[in-house]
Amino acid sequence: MTAFLPVAVLLSSLIPAVVTFFLDQEAHRLRNALTLGGAVLKLALIVAMLVAVAGGAAYEARLSLAPGLYILLRLDAVALLFLSLSAVLWLLTTVYAIAYFGTKAELSRFFGFFSLCVAATTGLAMSGTLISFLIFFELLTLSTWPLVAHKQDRPSLSAARSYLFYALPASAALLIAVIWLEAATGPVVFIEAVDFGALSENSQRAIFALFMLGVGVKAALVPLHGWLPAAMAAPAPVSALLHAVAVVKAGAFGVIRVIYDVFGPERVAALGVGVPLAALASVTILWGSLRALQQDEIKKRLAFSTVSQVSYIVLAAALASPAALVGGLAHLVHQGLMKITLFFCAGIYDERAGVKRIDGLDGLGRRMPWTSTAFSVGALGMIGLPPLAGFISKLYLGLGGLEAGAPWVLAVLAGSTLLNAAYFLPLLYRLWIVPARDGAAGDERAPGLLAPAVVTALASVAVGVLAASALSPLSWADLIVARGYLR
Amino acid sequence: MSALVLLLVLPLAAALATLLAPRAAPALTLGSAAAGVGAALRLAQTVAQDGVQAIALAGWAPPLGITVAADGLAAAFVLMTALVMLAVALAAKVDLAPGRAGARVAFGFWPIALLLWGALNAVFLSRDLFNLYVGIELLTLAAVALVALSGKPGALVAAMRYMIFALAGSLLYLLGVVLVYGGHGTLDVGLLAARTPAATDALALALMSAGLAAKTALFPFHVWLPPAHAGAPAPASAMLSGLVPKASFVILIRLGFEAMPDQAGAGALLLLGLMGAAAVIWGSLRALSQPRLKLIVAYSTVAQLGYLFLVFPLAGGDGAAQPWAAGAWTGAMFQALSHGLAKAAMFLCAGLWVMAAGGDRLTDLRGLARPMPMTAMAFGLAAVTLMGLPPSGGFTAKYLMMTAAFASGQWGWALVLAGGGLLAAGYLYRPMAEVFARDCPVTPQPVARAWQAVPLALALAAIVLGLISAPPFDLLQVGRPAAAEVGL
Repeated sequence: MTAFLPVAVLLSSLIPAVVTFFLDQEAHRLRNALTLGGAVLKLALIVAMLVAVAGGAAYEARLSLAPGLYILLRLDAVALLFLSLSAVLWLLTTVYAIAYFGTKAELSRFFGFFSLCVAATTGLAMSGTLISFLIFFELLTLSTWPLVAHKQDRPSLSAARSYLFYALPASAALLIAVIWLEAATGPVVFIEAVDFGALSENSQRAIFALFMLGVGVKAALVPLHGWLPAAMAAPAPVSALLHAVAVVKAGAFGVIRVIYDVFGPERVAALGVGVPLAALASVTILWGSLRALQQDEIKKRLAFSTVSQVSYIVLAAALASPAALVGGLAHLVHQGLMKITLFFCAGIYDERAGVKRIDGLDGLGRRMPWTSTAFSVGALGMIGLPPLAGFISKLYLGLGGLEAGAPWVLAVLAGSTLLNAAYFLPLLYRLWIVPARDGAAGDERAPGLLAPAVVTALASVAVGVLAASALSPLSWADLIVARGYLR
Repeated sequence: MSALVLLLVLPLAAALATLLAPRAAPALTLGSAAAGVGAALRLAQTVAQDGVQAIALAGWAPPLGITVAADGLAAAFVLMTALVMLAVALAAKVDLAPGRAGARVAFGFWPIALLLWGALNAVFLSRDLFNLYVGIELLTLAAVALVALSGKPGALVAAMRYMIFALAGSLLYLLGVVLVYGGHGTLDVGLLAARTPAATDALALALMSAGLAAKTALFPFHVWLPPAHAGAPAPASAMLSGLVPKASFVILIRLGFEAMPDQAGAGALLLLGLMGAAAVIWGSLRALSQPRLKLIVAYSTVAQLGYLFLVFPLAGGDGAAQPWAAGAWTGAMFQALSHGLAKAAMFLCAGLWVMAAGGDRLTDLRGLARPMPMTAMAFGLAAVTLMGLPPSGGFTAKYLMMTAAFASGQWGWALVLAGGGLLAAGYLYRPMAEVFARDCPVTPQPVARAWQAVPLALALAAIVLGLISAPPFDLLQVGRPAAAEVGL
């Protein structure tokens, strides 16, 4: 049973992926049933394991590749945090995507890669060795490309090319980092301490830098972030998935794994690489916000906001104090919920009202109240209004900064909050206060699109308001840290 | 044991049969290829369980008689070859039907393809330098005939150039064999390993290696390869690119690691490695600027073969201390096997695309992903293997070789491996982007899904090789020469 469950979780999206590829374009019902069924099944499996892991159980499965080298799927508390996030949001995004695409062409390809992408994220979350992490990380890169290129028009193809242009050199860097490290230390298993004895300090620094280059592209660290705003050309469900769960989160998760499970926070501190990383994350937080201010398109502004927000997690990981880490891990979930709400809504504005640019939002609040309320909740959460999700993250991050002896973090947070307000409040002002233009149209009679957005908006309120309850992401993050994630 | 004999005899018998009954040739080839896959699986299983399978022909042990033997290496290559042959036979049934390709091609292809298969098996299973010579000569003649098959002027020129290089290579190899026989009085690989070194050994090995490098199209002897592989009909190209160079490479491995590991000088190893690195870089750069798909795929073969030669400087080293000792040697074998599968898949895709779109200029391929999604997927998966991205056989190969490079402190080769992967992404992205573009200028000829499944199956096999790499890894270790572990 302990080996069966992780494999079953992986297969719950891998099998739909493979089968979907061979389905007829017209087999809409069967395809939707498969994708949704997989999502529901996965969620059920994860809930079952959540209960068990909270009680101390551990699951693992391994697949041998070569002597000493194996893919290890293991469910520890950190893995489950990311895994539950991806499973919940995948289910909602599936509902949204089915409503969004309707009966358009090439959907078997789309949903095939969509499920494959989630399978890769699932595998990534459960990876228990460095080599498994690498394999699923690359599988994620490859399975996202067709999603970004899905519309197959010129902007999509150029966005997809730009994505690979950033991602493949990063893969090469990551591969070199992994092999350089493992050639000296033997295969790295995430639970065991790594013996760095054979490597000089400078080699270790170089390996760390290569690792950060490898995962930093996905986490959209400045200056490696250029692909993310370009990837806006993708359909709305893809953007939602990309920004909330799959790609950028894989990068942030990678940063956490590298710092805590490969190097260990003490070694990171001893090598003196934590502070530069924290500084880079801070620059990214501010730079992303500044760039977001300059955008006229809704999705572009949201994209730069993602650049900024994901680096909260990187900053937290780099600070390596308990409170910061709790905040960072919680933000992994919080940012996902808030950002996916915003992207769902942006997609609804585009589909149902034809609004892509910010100045088109004028007066939409009254015509599309549900969408606009969800959007506002997401935006206010991002700004960090108490007691919404973003506030909890920022609170813990600030405390963590003080704990780590880095009070400048407060300044970064304050600056970022001001900027967040500066780029989100005008949108809310236009939605609710500016009167509608003449001839503006739009309605939100699309339950398949609206329901996921409302659910995620509610969830982002709930995780903030109920942060103290035992079931909240914050408490789970607390559990992770309390179980000794900070060695 | 019987599987081993069957694999040697069946292709040649089938080749004769197709000459006697030309109408039944496709069915005969298909049947024997299917039987070949079965026999190869059986052989691989036996080797994995019971170790090396050897037969002394007519009961005469060397040095009087000659032996054929299947170690893990041979069994793996024989199996890969059988799989590719089965796919090629299926693809050729459509692509080279008499109505499409002309009577001459339709008649000539089948016996030559079977002959080529027989020659490949003979090379993989032989342990005698002269036997190997006969095998590789037969292989060369069959391959040249395949290149010339269409009879077009360009193809004939390419075939001629190929023949000149290949025969020069044969001559050099034969000279080396003569020196070895003069020095030791035997040509058996096993006996040569235990010989007392003679003064002429170094020269003999150098001559044989040069000859085989020319046949393997190692840079700078690669100039014959792109026109020859790009000019042949697609099923023929699949064999020429995926299988034929592997035969001369296997002989090189047998010589270098089994017969005369003591003769390898540091300079010679470095030279082979450098030529391999140059092939990776030059082949990739040339592939980046080709206007036609089949030329891109052919130049990619030049680059991919280059990786194989990195095994000479990399094998052994400090890698012996690692749990994956002999990583570089095994990695090179993984590279050869997965390249064979993936490259054959790519050429078969190209064949179907040419059939549908009428040409293989990149602009002809615009938008083909929509009517032919399975071939696009197959090409994409094959590309993943050639780029060395996980999960694929190409990744396992790259991982093992790079680990050996870092473990032995030879970082330069690791950079070649990583950079080669990026270049491969660059040149393979060009056809992928065209195929995925939305607008399709011409209405393509419909191609049945079943035919599209053939390259997809091959490409998937290359992926599976990486995903389930423990059994092939273990198979390759059976009878692995000691030099693969301790280095040259």
